[in-house]
Amino acid sequence: MDGLEYAARLSGVTRVYGTASGPGSLHALGPVDLDLRLGEFFSVVGPSGCGKSTLLDVLAGLNPPSAGNAEFEGKPIRGVPDGIGVVFQEDASFPWLTVAANVAFGLRENGTDKAEIRRRVDYAIGFMGLTQFRDAYPAQLSGGMRQRVCIARTLVLQPRMILLDEPFGALDQQTRLLMGDELLRLWRETGATVLLITHSLDEAVMLSDRVGVMSARPGQFIDVIETGWPKDRDSRIVAAPRFGALNGRIWEKLRAETMKHMQTQGVAGP
Amino acid sequence: MRYRPLASAGVVTALVLALEVSCRAGLLKKSTIIPPSDMAASLWDLLASGVYSHAILLTLGNVAIASGISIAGGFVAGVAIHASAFFRRGIEPYLSAYYAVPTFIFYPVFVVLFGVGSGAIVAIAVMLAIVAMITATLNGMDRIPRVLTRTARVLRMPRLRAALLVQLPATTPYLFTGVRLSIAYAFIGVIASEFILSGDGLGYAIAYAYNNFENRTMYGLMLLIVVVVSVVNASLDILDRRLQARLRA
Repeated sequence: MDGLEYAARLSGVTRVYGTASGPGSLHALGPVDLDLRLGEFFSVVGPSGCGKSTLLDVLAGLNPPSAGNAEFEGKPIRGVPDGIGVVFQEDASFPWLTVAANVAFGLRENGTDKAEIRRRVDYAIGFMGLTQFRDAYPAQLSGGMRQRVCIARTLVLQPRMILLDEPFGALDQQTRLLMGDELLRLWRETGATVLLITHSLDEAVMLSDRVGVMSARPGQFIDVIETGWPKDRDSRIVAAPRFGALNGRIWEKLRAETMKHMQTQGVAGP
Repeated sequence: MRYRPLASAGVVTALVLALEVSCRAGLLKKSTIIPPSDMAASLWDLLASGVYSHAILLTLGNVAIASGISIAGGFVAGVAIHASAFFRRGIEPYLSAYYAVPTFIFYPVFVVLFGVGSGAIVAIAVMLAIVAMITATLNGMDRIPRVLTRTARVLRMPRLRAALLVQLPATTPYLFTGVRLSIAYAFIGVIASEFILSGDGLGYAIAYAYNNFENRTMYGLMLLIVVVVSVVNASLDILDRRLQARLRA
């Protein structure tokens, strides 16, 4: 890590499903170049199906690129690298385990000693506001609370890079804003690099240091916008005049791409 | 839902009372059916005398062995079939049509292979029960949420540990359905086989009593089987409900 400026780098990354020239092949992503700065909060927005989740999969080591290079901390990504945590959109809590056991699961798997597990689990559960639910099962919790469990399970592993694939997609707007505040608090506290995939322009602008705007499929970055927000921001910045301006700028870039996507889907544009 | 057990008990009680009254009033001949109170008294006498203890233990032992083999073998076979899409495509139509074949037609084959006795009986019961477990395993594995498998990968779990600690618990509700069906089929397979190819066990004892016009003994033994199967099924039902309540939102 010493001397590294970037947590992760993608150079000319392309992902094609099926054989590149064969029938039924799908060029999902790229070529994409991206440098994720150490400790930054980076969001990716783009039309549906543009390859945002594929991009996250490549960074997580869940999906190898068809071409190009993907690196984490200066090393090529082959399989899931140590130091990466992922939070998915879907509920990934284990329904047969209590909240505490869910949060401790990854630590038990990597052989952390019992006292340390207890300490980290207590901290993560407290941090995510789950203390009174530590012995509850996921089925007894709301969707938002279950997503907190998944975030806490990632947090305890102290990842150096956290990848979030629309983690608040299933939540209502108010809960999303509050979860966004908690995510910012987590980011500040851990110092981890965060990459967030989202459909919500508000969420991207509110949370991020930089927002990458992707084209329609095959997804490429058409712009990367610096928000210039202070590090100790929270959801109240949605009231700032600059928030609307940033939002408008991103939408301007995204509008044409979204229309392109709608046309490929056979939906009439405005 | 809250009053379901009460309603079920009410229906059974009403039917038993109706049968009792019909028998006592002479609407049903005693040579055809005896009053439920006589069946219960007969069952008590049979258990107290100890005459059928060996037959009871033999039958329950065979059911336990057949259930165990079917559950373990069906699970392993289900996992193996699930692992190969090609093999699955080939075998799945046969699994779907399996219960259209009366398994008992194979009893001569098993008698030749295992002789007359528990071996052939367990084999027929396994043949009847195992497919329910295979089907339940395939169903369960198809329904493992993809996000849980991906989570196991993100946690860098070795494949075997992921299978044991993530995939297996995720399939448990479906496996439990297979366990219940396998045990039910094992009971049917063992007792029906004892009727036709055994000189021992509860099935044989019922057939023997029937052939010798010992109605009281026959109904006592039949009541015993109904009670045992009901208790086993009710226990599995309670376990299943607890499991579902824990796992389902």
